[in-house]
Amino acid sequence: MTQHYNFAYLDEQTKRMIRRAILKGLAVPGYQVPFASREMPMPYGWGTGGVQVSAACLTPDDTFKVIDQGADDTTNAVSIRKFFEKTAGVAVTERTGDATVIQTRHRIPEEPLTEGQILVYQVPIPEPLRFLEPSEVETRKMHALEEYGLMHVKLYEDISRHGHISTAYAYPVKVEGRYVMDPSPIPKFDNPKMEMAAIQLFGAGREQRIYALPPYSRVVSLDFEDHPFDPSKADHPCDLCGAEDSYLDEVIVDDAGGRMFVCSDTDYCGSRRAAGHRGRLAAEDVA
Amino acid sequence: MEALSLEGGFSDVPVQASLAFRAAMNAMARPGTIEVVAGAAGPAPLSVAASTLILTLCDPETPVHLAGAHDTAAVRGWITFHTGAPLVGPEDAMFALGTWEALPLSRFPVGTAEYPDRSATLIVEMAELAAAGAELRGPGIRDRAALNLPEREAFRANAARYPLGLDFYFTCGGALAALPRSTKVS
Repeated sequence: MTQHYNFAYLDEQTKRMIRRAILKGLAVPGYQVPFASREMPMPYGWGTGGVQVSAACLTPDDTFKVIDQGADDTTNAVSIRKFFEKTAGVAVTERTGDATVIQTRHRIPEEPLTEGQILVYQVPIPEPLRFLEPSEVETRKMHALEEYGLMHVKLYEDISRHGHISTAYAYPVKVEGRYVMDPSPIPKFDNPKMEMAAIQLFGAGREQRIYALPPYSRVVSLDFEDHPFDPSKADHPCDLCGAEDSYLDEVIVDDAGGRMFVCSDTDYCGSRRAAGHRGRLAAEDVA
Repeated sequence: MEALSLEGGFSDVPVQASLAFRAAMNAMARPGTIEVVAGAAGPAPLSVAASTLILTLCDPETPVHLAGAHDTAAVRGWITFHTGAPLVGPEDAMFALGTWEALPLSRFPVGTAEYPDRSATLIVEMAELAAAGAELRGPGIRDRAALNLPEREAFRANAARYPLGLDFYFTCGGALAALPRSTKVS
């Protein structure tokens, strides 16, 4: 580890400020705590909120994993992983089970997380009501009064227009029967996993908000009695590992309409293939 | 200022504060869980856990209230030297420190409807800390947990105000546990 940076990059006073926000977030699950987000050495939209939360949580003993849409090997994931390797000297891994802190952009790992783990989400727009009501003063009042009718109207309009709720990602949830929360743009397939054993922390850098879910918090996806929540996914098995229970990316493989479906969680897919599972196209060495 | 005030701080701030915060976060995320911290030792009657929490969470931006026997010149000097936190009355406090009997519960800020996070966190020094006694349920607890709370009614009333309310740390020696306002006590 080089000694040119303070441990985990941020100065201690900034970390204390973020840490206090995290504790209040855990005390009021789903409520967005304002915090004084700092300029980070990466642009907004690249995970500055998640990076600040990770920096405030990491200890030298941690093993750190970063995923971007489930993948460990994308630009964003690689650069954030390297950032903390350099500034915090922490061990890094691509294995979900070996990680103690996992920073994620837009996915929850397929492998169930355990008590010793922390999942840090990068959040672009933390306010679930923002696209329905642009004023922060108004949305804050709506949360205070538990006035969430507008969100149900939005989901109802989905049904009246499309016949079903067409929201497929960033699907709003209600936490512990109180706050409506944006789960960040994870696919709605991941929503049921949010009731988990690990601590979940959400950081929105540009919007300067932190929120949190303690383990085993009740997280209910909003729906209607006659249109219950459906955590759907592409109706295929993974073409590489054959998994039927994982979230899939559709990949166009030629210009004649050919396509394949692969697990978006690269560690999950790789582990299954290492264990001998094979999908439809695995033999063709497309990976 | 007495020379004593200069002692008892972290020897490696970034690392010790990160380890202490992780323990404090685990405690707050899993009410009733007892964690052990180390690194700071303020003058009596400050416990190691309370000293460590203060150095981990407090700085010039966080007014601190000292209650009862904890409001001594030595403790004031130690907190001022190590954190720079202003020492204030309960109405203006973000953190408070004292025994259960000494803390004036009704006078601390509990947050507002728009900003429930603007509430005080109380560090309650205990004679002992054990996972037995009051039954706890709520976020962070799979089924139920237990903690030897100093009483139950005050915590029931605190939870009834949710999402407003106070959050608590209980400290004894190097051990600490937490009780956020979201926990139901019975």
